[in-house]
Amino acid sequence: MSSGEATVPRDRAEIVALAGSWARRNVWTLGLLGLLVVFFAVTRILQPNYGPAAIQGLAIAILPIAFAAVAQAVVVISGGIDLSVGSMMALASVTSAVLMKDQGDLFGVAVVVGVLLLGLVVGAINGALVVVTKVPDIVVTLAMSFVWAGTALLILNTPGGGAAPWLMAIISGPLGTPWLPKAMVVLAVLVAVVWIPLRRSTLGLSLYALGSSPLAAFRSGVAVGPTKIIAYTLTGFFSALGGLALTATGGVGAPVPGSYTLQSVAAIVLGGVSLAGGRGGVLGPIIAVIVLALVRTDLFFAGVDPNWSTAIQGAILIGVVMFGSLVAMRRVRV
Amino acid sequence: MIDVGSDLLLSATDVAKHYGAVVALRSASLAVRPGEVHALMGANGAGKSTLVKILTGGVRPDHGEILVRGKPFAAHSPSEARRGGIVSVYQEPALIPDLDVRSNLRLTQSPVDATRHWLAELGIPDLDLTDIVRDLPLASLRIIDLARALAIEPDVLMLDEMTAALPANLTERVLEVIGRQKGTDRSVIFISHRLIEIAAVCDRATVLREGSTVGVVDVSAGSEDRIVGLMLGDIARGGPVEPADSSARAARAADAVPRLTTRNLTVGTKLSDVSFDLYPGEVLGVVALEGQGQDELFDVLSGSERPSGGDLLVDGAAVSFRHPADAIRAGLVYVPADRAEALLMQRSVRENIALPFTTPFGAWGPIDVREERRKVDKAIATLQIDTRAASEVRRLSGGNQQKVTIARWVAGGVRTMLCFDPTRGIDIGTKQQIYQLLRDLAAAGAAVLLYTSELKEIQLACDRAIVIFGGRIVAEIAVVDADEATLLRAAYDLRPEELMPDEVASAAVAVEATETSPAGPA
Amino acid sequence: MSGTAGTAGNTGAPRSAALTTSGWRRIIRDQPLIPLVVLLAALIALLEVAKPGIVSGNWVATTVRAAIPLAILAACQTLSMLTGGIDLSVGAVASMAAFLMATLATGQGPIVALAVAFAAALVAGLVNGVGIGLFKVHPLIMTLGMSLVVLGLMSVYGLLMVRSGTLIPDQILWLGSGISLGFVPNSLVVFVPIAALIVVGLRRSGYGRLLFAVGDNAVAARLAGTRVWQVLLALYILSAVLAAVAGILITGVANTATVSLVEQSVLPSVAAAVIGGTSIMGGRGGYAGTIVGALILTVLTTLLTVLEMPEAVRQVLFGAIIVAVAAAYTRVTGEG
Repeated sequence: MSSGEATVPRDRAEIVALAGSWARRNVWTLGLLGLLVVFFAVTRILQPNYGPAAIQGLAIAILPIAFAAVAQAVVVISGGIDLSVGSMMALASVTSAVLMKDQGDLFGVAVVVGVLLLGLVVGAINGALVVVTKVPDIVVTLAMSFVWAGTALLILNTPGGGAAPWLMAIISGPLGTPWLPKAMVVLAVLVAVVWIPLRRSTLGLSLYALGSSPLAAFRSGVAVGPTKIIAYTLTGFFSALGGLALTATGGVGAPVPGSYTLQSVAAIVLGGVSLAGGRGGVLGPIIAVIVLALVRTDLFFAGVDPNWSTAIQGAILIGVVMFGSLVAMRRVRV
Repeated sequence: MIDVGSDLLLSATDVAKHYGAVVALRSASLAVRPGEVHALMGANGAGKSTLVKILTGGVRPDHGEILVRGKPFAAHSPSEARRGGIVSVYQEPALIPDLDVRSNLRLTQSPVDATRHWLAELGIPDLDLTDIVRDLPLASLRIIDLARALAIEPDVLMLDEMTAALPANLTERVLEVIGRQKGTDRSVIFISHRLIEIAAVCDRATVLREGSTVGVVDVSAGSEDRIVGLMLGDIARGGPVEPADSSARAARAADAVPRLTTRNLTVGTKLSDVSFDLYPGEVLGVVALEGQGQDELFDVLSGSERPSGGDLLVDGAAVSFRHPADAIRAGLVYVPADRAEALLMQRSVRENIALPFTTPFGAWGPIDVREERRKVDKAIATLQIDTRAASEVRRLSGGNQQKVTIARWVAGGVRTMLCFDPTRGIDIGTKQQIYQLLRDLAAAGAAVLLYTSELKEIQLACDRAIVIFGGRIVAEIAVVDADEATLLRAAYDLRPEELMPDEVASAAVAVEATETSPAGPA
Repeated sequence: MSGTAGTAGNTGAPRSAALTTSGWRRIIRDQPLIPLVVLLAALIALLEVAKPGIVSGNWVATTVRAAIPLAILAACQTLSMLTGGIDLSVGAVASMAAFLMATLATGQGPIVALAVAFAAALVAGLVNGVGIGLFKVHPLIMTLGMSLVVLGLMSVYGLLMVRSGTLIPDQILWLGSGISLGFVPNSLVVFVPIAALIVVGLRRSGYGRLLFAVGDNAVAARLAGTRVWQVLLALYILSAVLAAVAGILITGVANTATVSLVEQSVLPSVAAAVIGGTSIMGGRGGYAGTIVGALILTVLTTLLTVLEMPEAVRQVLFGAIIVAVAAAYTRVTGEG
């Protein structure tokens, strides 16, 4: 994620200046990166054997929730929220698993494309309902989370179906060096391919503008309604990727949404996306997902009951949000 | 207006806009020649802001014709207005707070180099385009907004109070750059309360009053008086509305301890060194043009905002309000202009009036329904509120809504009432009832501070008036002298020599007292 | 705001035409209970058609018994929605109260067990209230986070207490699942006072008025002297305590206690409040509608079971109903 500079930096000084301005603007993300390093160090100390295999396991485990976090980040940046991310993931997962079971590779590719299109449609329906009914986004997406979860259950009542072998293969194992898990590469490539061009486009700017100040956005010529629908559509798309990741990592379709919605909200808040909209990116939330996963791992290695991790995750979420609003209140007062 | 349509860059003819029964614009016309800087003038509520909204695509007119370079203009959004050739710089910058300047330019597809050029011309050449808008001072944002608008070379550039919030050096640059638009084939519509600036840069001025265009003035030395005269209309020539017997009231006030005292009250850069006394039994008027610090003054007095300096005394004792509840406990109750800020629109008249009864922690329990009904009914009777649509306050007329806001405080007994433009946008009958009520409250020993945007009200309701300009008290005027012309000149901070007392007096004698029209848009 | 003319006598005239063409609008706006009761009756009639003879005294008792915990949870949503908030931690808090009660009852006896359960709920509510009222955290996020914390803590506690097992005291079983006289569920003993207190309290207590005031217009409430944070703090404590009551009743009905017993009722509780006519934007609604909403959802569930519809259909239908009802209310009441 660059700051959107179009010109190619010419000399070293300019590169340093650009890096400086990026760093200034992404203090939160850099802090998270620091936190990530600390947690890796802690993990290594607690468990000296923690190596490439464990990292690959971690990368695969976080893949669905990382997509969920990206999905949530997009809509929250544009000033909305989507509580149906987990349900859309479940829907995408079961649809892909049911269709792919015992089918050839080529058909599998078609299924993946189809499921991504499904994600776009489902997200667009969410967005259109928010815009057309004028009902608060929280209510609409909460209600739609029932609808999509129910639809997922109708398609597949219990975990089942199957994943195309190639789909499972592209996320397992390392790429080149044993320290680089394929799952991480897949995540980086897919997010980068969609997000970076988007971030640089006028549409991307419109998403930020809408979240930052709807009135200023309107006065700057942003088409408010359509842009909002596009934001939800993108969230549907990334949720579908999350659902495919669920199928790929589990090998079967998962019809129960789990707590992905909740975790996605926790991750974006921790990842520096403002719930008020307009601020943050997708890199922060992804790092936050890894940090939260490492917290769990470290607690496990430290001999703490794994159940603590849920409580700690919630406490971190509450703590971060309270801290954030405290900072915001101080800023308003000054 | 000698010009025929084809010579004009922009012509708006007979534009009207109604909101329900409220007439915002009756018949406004505006003709802007190519290469001129044209001032749009009008007192509060004259319809200026509605006309601006129509020209920028925010509002659609009911009728009227708007042509830009001879072609019909109809816009539904600011971006359509821009495509039609009109670009506006609003009082609140239309910049996205969380994006950097460059991204903001990209979002509006504005040329970067041209914007940079204008930024340099306007006095901030070293602006870093990668700065986030949120981190920049307001003055810079207004300059950026202007530079961006200049960069796309619109046919008509509309500047709404462009120089407000700008330091003197930037103001100078802005006026200089605007002046340079003269003689090009583009024009500027300049809206400002500062007559000095109008005189400095504008070629002509169109004056609106009560929703209609009442005159177009060629700006030259000394034309300020003509402009002010047009804004005032008949009233300038009419004698003062007979002031109530203020001498008796003044005498009553003189030997009392002030109910409310401010000493060197300061709020950021908006309000400086404001000191005045408000006595029991008097109605003290506050006169100011829009945005001169009166909002901050009332926010401080009502406990909504804390002052950055100065003292506040109630009955001679220093107070400090952290919450409106503190001000209410000290007897200072607040009636805001915006009824949407005061009322629970979906709740009943009764609940709205009874609201302050239940706010203290001790009153959270069961409500004494009979006692509440007694107090509420009495307040409803005192204010003559029409309760036929009482189940939801939002279904009441504006006047009745405002009465509910006042009744809320009257029901509990008033010691000090702070009224911020309480008659804005309500019908003449209700206005008169409110003046009478304020007089009655004062007669019963209450102190009332009344800010009003309708200057006529000062003589109808007040005992004396203070005038605020640029955050400072610039004049205190006794009610006998507080005719509209005097107040308006003081509000524009025109130099004292232009406030010739004998001139005003002779005008009052010379012209027979005409019936003043029951004014403004209701 | 209102576009009506100022002069007296004019108020009704411009609108009357609009009102006659959409009289139903006015009914839904002013008397939302009437269409809700009609809908409830229609659903019961449909149920009787689908399975003749099902509607009986006993059926009424079991339906009411099933609806009561939902209605109490929906009270939490109603009260918080009136202020423009929401309480998604009710499931976790209710489960916590039930689980604490059931695990402690084995060793400490029912009285201590109940006291601890309510104290824990109170603390959870207090934290919610502090976060929302003082730190101004969005209620949705605060209560979601709180439900994670509570769920996690209870999982840990559950493992510690795995030996001691759970016990649902007889009194709780009697209260939760007992039916007297063949058609009166015992849980009415708890529910009737709570419902009466809420229905009357919302109209006739200072606090009830402030809930509406804060939700209708927080700025106006503040200007009139309301300390909004106090109202919110009290609200979320109250909500947590109500959730605990619901949780304990649910253990009584289900005769088990787990750390996530009530989780599945959270979304239906929001649905009941929304169907009952309480606006999530705040300032509009009431508890009577919510009770009918809870009954509607309970009967609808029975109907779907009778029609042998899978659970999935119920979910889809619930979701669709919430959106449709919320959209209808927005249309009807948002006319300005």
